[in-house]
Amino acid sequence: MSRPQLLLDGVSRSFDGFKAINNLSIVVEKGELRAVIGPNGAGKTTMMDIITGKTRPDSGKVMWDQKVDLTRMDEADTARLGIGRKFQKPTVFETHSVEDNLRLSLKGGRSVWDTLLHRRTRAEDARVAELLDLIRLSDARNRPAADLSHGQKQWLEIGMLLAQDPQLLLVDEPAAGMTDAETMWTAELLKSIAGERSVIVVEHDMNFVRELGCKVTVLHQGSVLAEGSLAHVSAMPEVVEVYLGR
Amino acid sequence: MTRLIDRRMGIFLTGLFILTVALPIGNLWMEGKPVPSYAVSLMGKYLCYALLAVALDLVWGYCGILSLGHGAFFALGGYAMGMHLMREIGTRGSYANATLPDFMVFLGWQELPWFWHGFDMFWFAALMAMVVPGLLAFVFGWFAFRSRVTGVYLSIITQALTYALMLAFFRNEMGFGGNNGLTDFKDILGFPLQSDRTRVGLMVASALALAGGLLLARWVTRSRLGQVLVCVRDAESRTRFLGYRVEHYKLFIFTLSAMMAGVAGALYTPQVGIINPGEFSPANSIEIVIWVALGGRGTLVGAALGAILVAFAKTLLTGWMPEFWLFALGALFILVTIALPKGALGAIEGGLGRLRPRSTTATKEARA
Repeated sequence: MSRPQLLLDGVSRSFDGFKAINNLSIVVEKGELRAVIGPNGAGKTTMMDIITGKTRPDSGKVMWDQKVDLTRMDEADTARLGIGRKFQKPTVFETHSVEDNLRLSLKGGRSVWDTLLHRRTRAEDARVAELLDLIRLSDARNRPAADLSHGQKQWLEIGMLLAQDPQLLLVDEPAAGMTDAETMWTAELLKSIAGERSVIVVEHDMNFVRELGCKVTVLHQGSVLAEGSLAHVSAMPEVVEVYLGR
Repeated sequence: MTRLIDRRMGIFLTGLFILTVALPIGNLWMEGKPVPSYAVSLMGKYLCYALLAVALDLVWGYCGILSLGHGAFFALGGYAMGMHLMREIGTRGSYANATLPDFMVFLGWQELPWFWHGFDMFWFAALMAMVVPGLLAFVFGWFAFRSRVTGVYLSIITQALTYALMLAFFRNEMGFGGNNGLTDFKDILGFPLQSDRTRVGLMVASALALAGGLLLARWVTRSRLGQVLVCVRDAESRTRFLGYRVEHYKLFIFTLSAMMAGVAGALYTPQVGIINPGEFSPANSIEIVIWVALGGRGTLVGAALGAILVAFAKTLLTGWMPEFWLFALGALFILVTIALPKGALGAIEGGLGRLRPRSTTATKEARA
């Protein structure tokens, strides 16, 4: 009984002759947690750009929930559809308070008039308080986001993603620059998010991927080299050769 | 959510109010006229500049769009009002032609060009002073923001826009009086422009427009929309990935700002008595940026103050040693950029904050 949330089928994209993505096919189920690993230049970021509508593929199909064609959409469209993306470098609104960062991310009207005439509601307050609690930033709610530590910014950004109430989270190297304790807690957080939502994590840190304990897709030169459990793929000689062996 | 009229806005509006009451009294009703008439018009002119600076601060300070062509919207508003004032001259012109302005008679034109129709009515001219700049900004922004032109590239094309308009308005065939522009105005709404009362009236109208513009800008920037503008300024792609259509927000604020600049221009023309293509010159637009930078971008009140102070300094310096002004302006700009990155207002408030830091932060925390 397969319920694909996201399906990439034979997707290719080249930049000035360089094939960043080459006949890539991936299926992510509803509620699945998936780790994507691969050496630099394997096409991980381009893959995310294609899923979120930032980059259009030259060929291939990108389907959302078996019915929506993502290749015709831009970033704002895919975000409204329910795809949340976390950047590799934590990107939050530095001059706004932690709380406002979450409020601005909450699911709701996104048009100019909606925001011009927006008024706070109880439901919003409650949701923000809940999220602050989840990402452990309740004490920092009134501080400008610029004051947060690197790890806290990562969590805030994850909180902003959750505020959008997405069906799929694309998370780019969440553990980069974190302490061991922070890394472990981030893995727990992502595991708790999956189930209800699909999560794709792009990561370099093998300990972190092991901690996630999920299906792993190995990218190499823009296509899938191997797929399976971490133990399974790390035992494959071709994977060891391109990635783990180095 | 902060209040619509915070402390800095309250202080500024109070000062503006005192000024608008004191200057007319000193000019019209006091013995010996302690406030000369030229000072009233000069202040009126500064207030128009201040409104223009607020308009630029909306797009630059809050949304990060550095427009180097805002003078164009100001000038278009000025021309719209100038056209009305030309039509008002009527048979009092040198050629005593009831419909055609002097320069058209001089060029041997037989009838009024189509785009001059309607400007005999004040309300139409006043409307056009907002609609024309707003429309230009909307069309320009539609193409520029949709194709995601940002940063320096956007600044350069806004500069090109005002330069192109300047060249166009210099041409006699355009029908806007060529390099002489529009001048020799007689009256507005039936009041002679040379009379002290009319001058005072225009100055008060400028003050009201500035106060209205400031409050509108403040209302917009403290709304959720204003927060999104700051998001666009600080992390544009993050904003997109949250589902906000960034180009719509830019288009909205750019158009609103252009309309505000148009109003400033429309009030400016009757007070200086002339509008010519020089108002489109790129240097003018750059000067607006300097006002805002000096006053403090993203503060609204700072932008208005910056405009008034710099324009005042310009009046003093150009009277005293004209060739020195541009050097002084450049030096001031460099100094502020290096020493006061938050502008004069930021520096003043920062200085006040340092004098009594503990008490204020402590009370804030206690309230929270």
